[in-house]
Amino acid sequence: MKLTDLSNNINEWFNGSGPLADIVVSSRIRLARNLAGHKFLSRCSNAEKFDILRKLKEVLMSLDLGDKVFYISVDKAPSLDRHLLVERHLISRNHAFGKGPRGAVIAQRESFTAMINEEDHLRLQVLKAGCQLSQCASQINHIDDMIEQKLEFAFSPRYGYLTACPTNLGTAIRASVMLHLPALKITGQIEKFFNAARDMNLAVRGLFGEGTEAASDLYQLSNQVTLGVSESAVVTEFESTIIPEIVEYEKAARNQLLSKQPDLLDDKISRAMALLQNARLISSQEALFLLSHLRLGINMHKNMGASTPAIKRLCSLRDSRETQKDSELSIATINWLFMLTLPAHLQLNYGKPLDPTHRDALRAQIIRSALNG
Amino acid sequence: MQCQICNKNEATIHLTEIADGVRTEMHLCELCAHEQGIAIKTNIPINELLSSLLAVQPADDQLSGHSDKGLSCPHCGFTLDQFRKEALLGCPYDYEVFEKSLLPLIEKAHNGKTTHCGKFPSRVPQDARKQVELLNLRQQLETAVQSEDYELAAKIRDKISAIEKRDAVC
Repeated sequence: MKLTDLSNNINEWFNGSGPLADIVVSSRIRLARNLAGHKFLSRCSNAEKFDILRKLKEVLMSLDLGDKVFYISVDKAPSLDRHLLVERHLISRNHAFGKGPRGAVIAQRESFTAMINEEDHLRLQVLKAGCQLSQCASQINHIDDMIEQKLEFAFSPRYGYLTACPTNLGTAIRASVMLHLPALKITGQIEKFFNAARDMNLAVRGLFGEGTEAASDLYQLSNQVTLGVSESAVVTEFESTIIPEIVEYEKAARNQLLSKQPDLLDDKISRAMALLQNARLISSQEALFLLSHLRLGINMHKNMGASTPAIKRLCSLRDSRETQKDSELSIATINWLFMLTLPAHLQLNYGKPLDPTHRDALRAQIIRSALNG
Repeated sequence: MQCQICNKNEATIHLTEIADGVRTEMHLCELCAHEQGIAIKTNIPINELLSSLLAVQPADDQLSGHSDKGLSCPHCGFTLDQFRKEALLGCPYDYEVFEKSLLPLIEKAHNGKTTHCGKFPSRVPQDARKQVELLNLRQQLETAVQSEDYELAAKIRDKISAIEKRDAVC
């Protein structure tokens, strides 16, 4: 398995499918675990870290996960490969650029990753398209059970799974959803979302951490409390309270745009189309910002039957990707452009490192050719 | 409530200043607050949050009449001072060793909760003695390697694998 096999394709969890996918782009569950009888990583020598890595790698590679898995020595991987894994949300930035022996076991369809020696000895992650937290939870629980058949994790009946940072203690579960909220942003109501998140004790981050939210209108929402609340209670709260509430806010904002501010909506979509179809140089941030408006237009057409002049023009564009040839421009293609024009993806597909200006030119060219047929 | 400066956007930042006994309040939108040079961090990194919570710990220690200050974990050598700097613990036993200092912090981080509720591993590590023994042996191994006593290191390594093999589950 080569990383270039990944870099030219869209991840399964980002293909625009799944329940409520027009707003809930993807669902993810992470679990943190540490091997019993070992120190936490901050106190481990490289020899002990290597020992932990060897044990976990051996067990993880032997599991039947229903998909082929491959292993990457993160500490030895070239910088561009590490950036690619971060862009695809397969490993965290800390894991990519941390210290000491560490690795990742990744399922080929990218719905499962295990980071070894990140902040804890083991961080398991299951990712799925759309609103599928329950499915993520049951899959990750099954994987965790399989590992526990072979290895002992640090656990105390009082505090649950013991983690290097006390904020992850207990279930050590981090459930998160990636939400696309462009209408709340355009209508100036994004504060509603921030307030709701704060009231419900949830953390909000941008697509790639802090500061990136403005660019793509994509927000990651995750639980913070991991002690004293069961895994199923965390997931149920997301599915029955949190997600429906925020989806309603965004839907109301989309309706408001359509019924009261169609010119504002059309302006955003028309500007995005004009720039993306004509620009010669485009930064990653600008591309994310503009593609977000195209995604909004296509989803409003698909799910609400919206047909303003700009949406009609947008939906008359033909999809130029091989697999989608001659069908309507799809969300999968917008997401594909979104992922493929990120810096590490661009450079790996090009075959060598590029300076920022050349990247901007190549990005603009890829987008132009996708949107002009 | 509208922003006091632009009278347009909703005020989401509320400041209360008390100077010379006079209380003044300001209600601003994010944009105007930014223009006024008021920096608002919407997402405080968790490490910063932990450090700030820990900074108030000594007062709590004094109140409850005990102190973990100067204490170091017998299994990993970790101290509370290191935790203040790094916000990460040294080994699973630190939760026991520094329990009194960590408990208020755990309570704050988890909305008042202090007891696990949720998944129990199918095999809860019963043999705490074995875990402690392994931790201690690994600590001794490190010291032996550092002092280049490779003969002792080899012996300790054999001991570790013997314990691990004895209890290996297939």
